Amino acid sequence: MRHLLSIEDLERADIERILDRARSFTELTDREVKKVPALRGRRVLNLFYEASTRTRSSFELAAKALSADVVNFSAGGSSVEKGESLKDTVQTLSAYRPDLICIRTPYVGAAALVAGWTTASVVNAGDGKHEHPTQALLDVHTLRERLGSIDQMSIWIVGDVTHSRVARSCILAFTRMGAKVTVCGPPTLIPRGIESLGCSVEYTLDRLGDADVVYALRMQHERMTDAFIPSLREYAARYQIDGRRLHPRQLLMHPGPVNRGVELAAEVIDSPQSLIGEQVAAGVVTRMAVLYELLAGRDAPDRSAIASAPTPQPA
Amino acid sequence: MTLFHRETGPGDVLVRAAHVLDPRTGIDGPHDVIVTNGVITGIGTPGTLEIRSGAEVLEGEGRHLFPGFVDPHVHLRTPGQEHKEDLDSGTRAAAAGGFVAVVAMPNTTPTVDSASTLRALAEHARREARIPVGFMASITVGLEGEALTEMAELRDAGAIGFTDDGRPVATAAMLRKALQYQRLAGGVLALHEEDPSLSGNGVMHEGEVSARLGLSGIPSVSESTMIARDAALAGYEQGRIHIQHLSALESVQAVAEAKARGVGITCEVSPHHLTLTHDAIAERLDTRLKMNPPLRTEADRQALIEGLRDGTVDCIATDHAPHARHEKEVPFESAPMGTTGLETAFASVYTDLVIPGVLDLALVVSKLTAGAAVVDLPVPRIAVGERANLVLVDLEATWEVGESGYESRSDNCCFAGRTLNGRVLATIAAGAVVYRERSFALSAAV
Repeated sequence: MRHLLSIEDLERADIERILDRARSFTELTDREVKKVPALRGRRVLNLFYEASTRTRSSFELAAKALSADVVNFSAGGSSVEKGESLKDTVQTLSAYRPDLICIRTPYVGAAALVAGWTTASVVNAGDGKHEHPTQALLDVHTLRERLGSIDQMSIWIVGDVTHSRVARSCILAFTRMGAKVTVCGPPTLIPRGIESLGCSVEYTLDRLGDADVVYALRMQHERMTDAFIPSLREYAARYQIDGRRLHPRQLLMHPGPVNRGVELAAEVIDSPQSLIGEQVAAGVVTRMAVLYELLAGRDAPDRSAIASAPTPQPA
Repeated sequence: MTLFHRETGPGDVLVRAAHVLDPRTGIDGPHDVIVTNGVITGIGTPGTLEIRSGAEVLEGEGRHLFPGFVDPHVHLRTPGQEHKEDLDSGTRAAAAGGFVAVVAMPNTTPTVDSASTLRALAEHARREARIPVGFMASITVGLEGEALTEMAELRDAGAIGFTDDGRPVATAAMLRKALQYQRLAGGVLALHEEDPSLSGNGVMHEGEVSARLGLSGIPSVSESTMIARDAALAGYEQGRIHIQHLSALESVQAVAEAKARGVGITCEVSPHHLTLTHDAIAERLDTRLKMNPPLRTEADRQALIEGLRDGTVDCIATDHAPHARHEKEVPFESAPMGTTGLETAFASVYTDLVIPGVLDLALVVSKLTAGAAVVDLPVPRIAVGERANLVLVDLEATWEVGESGYESRSDNCCFAGRTLNGRVLATIAAGAVVYRERSFALSAAV
């Protein structure tokens, strides 16, 4: 595998191979020296056009745990603020001969575009509302570690699906792994046609009891300005996962950061059913496995390959 | 005088033994066609007509001769955006696509909203345009939807009609005033139909593909509800409107209903909406596939085809919308809307709809010329006494779009890389040969 751009590109066997390796890295994080030399001398660039806490820090930790050198770029304070185009930025940074570029942007498809502009491997760390594949992989990893397998499990993804890249990647990843996925939220926040991803749609939590796993999405306050929902109060009344709605046998997940009291009530966040902390921990080992998958055993990009790199999207 | 171009002197031409097809005159078979001083002076059995020595001979055997195409909807980006297209490159592209007249939209920089701008543009066209160009003026000043342009003066200056293309006339009251004023000024009102409160920041059709990709959608009803509104206004004011670039099934229905009520309404459809759907974007998130209105579903595409067949759709227009490479080489959501279309119009429709037997060749030729009537221009005909407006096409020839570049200054063609059938070999516009395909041998009668 050269790039990780979308869960759509992965077969079930690919996901299992990556996550088996993530499991093998878990043991490493309990050691005093949390480092192996697998990617020594390799260069990883983190290029973040959007704010990020978990994704960026866990990619950095993952790269360092594999002994790669990491440089972080963010849009603020860089030439991006001076109007440099994405293509020019990527080609400029590619002159540093990175082995891998990990990129987050607010634009759908941007990671795939970048993959056409550089000889480095590219990991999509979030492209607009499209996908966030490493989040979905770490979520599957978290569930596998707890449940062994999610085959035939029922997973409900609850909240603002329209604006969620996590939802799109998770629907794909969970269904690839054999789970049945239901998305649930206010009709204004469920995009027309989402069933084509292989999920079913509910507009109320009435049948939430069918779920083995409840995956709550972050309600983004900024959406309020576009009047997608009448109020956060009404949203919470209808869709908040609380101790009353969450059955003790159900597991709870959330990609973070949580709006306490909006999509989740405080009592469930800290309950034993909550996997939220395990998701964060899984971020590092899963991303280690992704970096290992893309870089280990692959030669550093050849300079001559730059000239023959496929033209991206010659619009 | 509403068309402007650089006249190169009328030609003497023999198109030898081409299969001549003109659905309007009913001619459909091999003939010699003689053009003398820019006028068609003879149509006859091959080898039977006298020709002037020195006349250019266009070898037509095994090829087809059609009346030249007319496009009522192109963007030539002049003035102000000449890095995308200018009058020379845009009309070269048109001639290479077999067009003998095109109508340029006024959403330029500045907007064509005053007689002085329009006169300067017309003067420019007299120096640079390879084929006759007509200019639309805007309905509202600066396309801002707030004040009518001086439509009567603009008509005197040569405006062929009026449009705020690129944007809708957002308020019903403003369009109503334009329809009332049309009684004084004349000229068709060409309408880009989109309810901005529904299309919002959408970048593609709202449906399964937009849901999968996480892209904001433009619902079909954003177009059809505005058509219904404007048809009601046109009916009430007894005005005449032309609906640009239909894209949705609901829109075809809205136009058909208005026509049934006797409203003065015509409409056009573009080659890309007839041949592509949003599934193309699912396969390849290519900014060349981003246009407004967006590519929609297979059901929409079928409805547009049916609209051409049953007469609901009056003509094919390209909405040729050039953009510079660096402007399109950005993430999908950031890219400007539009695809070029002049050079591929006939070949794309011929390849995807005529060859598989979906549409008759004669119907396609008729719809590619019918745009003239929509904007009050004479429809090109192949008949003795008519000014020569002809296109010679090799239906057998195949070519890869973009392989040898484009005549247009821009290369944002949604058909790039496709192998198409049907190659324009020569175009005669307003009596003169304006285009010869580069491999097409020149010869003269002796």
